[in-house]
Amino acid sequence: MRFYEYESKALFERLGLPMGPREVVQSRDEALRAAETIGCPVVLKSQVLSGGRMKAGAVLFADTPEEAAAHYDAILPIVVNGESARSILVEKKSPIAQEYYVGVTWDGRAKQPVVIFSDMGGIDIEEVAEKHPERVSQTHVSTVLPTTPRIAKEAVGSVGVTGSDLNRLTPIVAKLIDLFLEYDLTLAEINPLARLEDGSILVLDGHVDMEAEARGSHAQLLSDLGIGDEETRQARPPTPFEIDGAKVDGSDHRGVAGNVVEFDGNLGLVIGAGGGSLTLFDAVRKHGGKPANYCEIGGNPSVKKACELTKLILSKPGVEKIAVMMNVVSNTRVDMVARGVIKGCLESGKDPAEVIAIFRIPGAWEEEGFKILAKYGVEYCDRSVSMFEAAGRAVEKLG
Amino acid sequence: MAILIDQDTTFIVQGITGREAVSLTRENLDYGSKIVGGVTPGRAGREVYGVPVYDCVRDITRDHKVTGSVVCVPPKFTRDAVFEAIENGIEIIVIVTERIPRREVAQMVELAKLRGARIIGPNCLGIISPGPEGVGIKMGGVGGPAANTRQAYSKGSIGVMSRSGGMTTEIASTLTAAGMGQSTAVSIGGDAIIGSTYAELMPLFEADPQTKAIAIYSEPGGRMEAELAEWVRDNNSRLPIVAFMAGRFMDEMPGMRFGHAGTIVEGKADTTADKIERMRQSGIEVAERIEEIPALIQQKLGEA
Repeated sequence: MRFYEYESKALFERLGLPMGPREVVQSRDEALRAAETIGCPVVLKSQVLSGGRMKAGAVLFADTPEEAAAHYDAILPIVVNGESARSILVEKKSPIAQEYYVGVTWDGRAKQPVVIFSDMGGIDIEEVAEKHPERVSQTHVSTVLPTTPRIAKEAVGSVGVTGSDLNRLTPIVAKLIDLFLEYDLTLAEINPLARLEDGSILVLDGHVDMEAEARGSHAQLLSDLGIGDEETRQARPPTPFEIDGAKVDGSDHRGVAGNVVEFDGNLGLVIGAGGGSLTLFDAVRKHGGKPANYCEIGGNPSVKKACELTKLILSKPGVEKIAVMMNVVSNTRVDMVARGVIKGCLESGKDPAEVIAIFRIPGAWEEEGFKILAKYGVEYCDRSVSMFEAAGRAVEKLG
Repeated sequence: MAILIDQDTTFIVQGITGREAVSLTRENLDYGSKIVGGVTPGRAGREVYGVPVYDCVRDITRDHKVTGSVVCVPPKFTRDAVFEAIENGIEIIVIVTERIPRREVAQMVELAKLRGARIIGPNCLGIISPGPEGVGIKMGGVGGPAANTRQAYSKGSIGVMSRSGGMTTEIASTLTAAGMGQSTAVSIGGDAIIGSTYAELMPLFEADPQTKAIAIYSEPGGRMEAELAEWVRDNNSRLPIVAFMAGRFMDEMPGMRFGHAGTIVEGKADTTADKIERMRQSGIEVAERIEEIPALIQQKLGEA
């Protein structure tokens, strides 16, 4: 879950990282006044979640408050990678002598956080790592031992930085490591981290990503930053259909019937579980089918939840039929899902035999489930029909 | 032989009085597992299907040989429970719980490494080593009720590793239907950081005379497949491997989250296309469909 630059900086501020005076503005007038208060020259930056702002022309420098106001109007309409500006950040422009990069992220292989440091900041770090590997250091951090400044010192020193620069950079890198761990981040990045002409160090730009699982543990921080629960901060904002899906899943605690993602096809999918859904979605597409949605059921959801999810998917414009499919289930009861889905069809005013293209959930309580399906004339199959074949049958029925 | 667990394995269930843990205990006992105790703080003196409940792990380890623990406690308490298991000398810890923040997973994994313990999971269904005549041993919810487990799993020579608990059983069931039993199947977990990756379990399968080939279920996200491909190349593995890669559609949708927590693609992680390429280059066969796995294994065994 990505933070905007202004939110990342508000978080950096909590740990006392050095930053220039700045203000988030929402209008031309505010931009003008902010530039006056801060003192020119200033930089104006579009607040978007994606990278590539500079290239898109959404970062501009101003020497006077009037110029800042004009830049506000110029930047605001710019769409960066499909994303409109949420606001504009006006910040003091400082005279820079050297730019560094520092980031902390997870190394899934080492299973530890890794500090990435370079004295070639301001540009894409992946590119630096590829072309100048000796200018990038990677230092792992124990999650069991206390984090002490020597990790930061080693990270900085490994690329050859020494003298007062080393001593000034070390506490900043150490704080970033603490921040990363304390707030359950998956990325804490400062790029560039600048040495100014007077030798002091300043954070110019930074981004953090928080682990979605940890949102609950940091409710106070998120509320302080004004980040609402409805903001998923994925590649795109959730659609109303997806928000309704989350409501279905949240309606009771038993099992999962949610993680709905909207697509624009005609085949509604009631699929599960985690891995099974990925497998089945691929299978439907491989057969040339057009899914109306992605979703996941699993962990033995209540009849009500399966019913509500079915109703939601059937209510989506363009959905002609639904396919109900899962891998062989162990802890989800086939009969419960069958009951829920049939109830969902009936309550939507549809004939289950007509609207359910295929039901392929083998496993626990399958005999009971198949009895119910047979009673309503729904086409079902057991494990002798593969997930791929079942998806094919569903796609075929749509013609 | 099998790996990780066999007839001599004795284990405990931490959080045994929880709803999910109660049914898991029953399913494991019915299948043939030896559960010597359970832990729920404040519930000492109770029983769950005849398994005595204690307040602390050490109340059990004091009097019993305990090889493993299945941890089935809410996310908030998981780290503490796992630390307790590790510090009391338990060697194999299956963490069923999902939605544990990565920092805490890393802490558990690091402590386990320091103490020489092994973690499977989190966010997994556990381990199963099928035995003759449907009596085997399993640690965790893998396969579900014993009758369902017997239907899907059978004793044999294929090792299974899967990032999805459900797909572990789907693959085993497909293998069983084709007359190919399993040595041990491991649901390794769906999170970004897990206790045991494919490459970390490979040496165990490699050393197990019962295992003749490996079937793998894989997903987008992380570097686990690259790590496996490297391991296979560097160790000249005797075992043919057939992998299945799900979630190929996600390559077109960077930044969106589907499936398990570990599937989110951050930065320049491997796409499924990258992963497939890496695996194929190291000699791992990648199946297009689950039902192709048995024939591909048969074919690879024939070549060897």
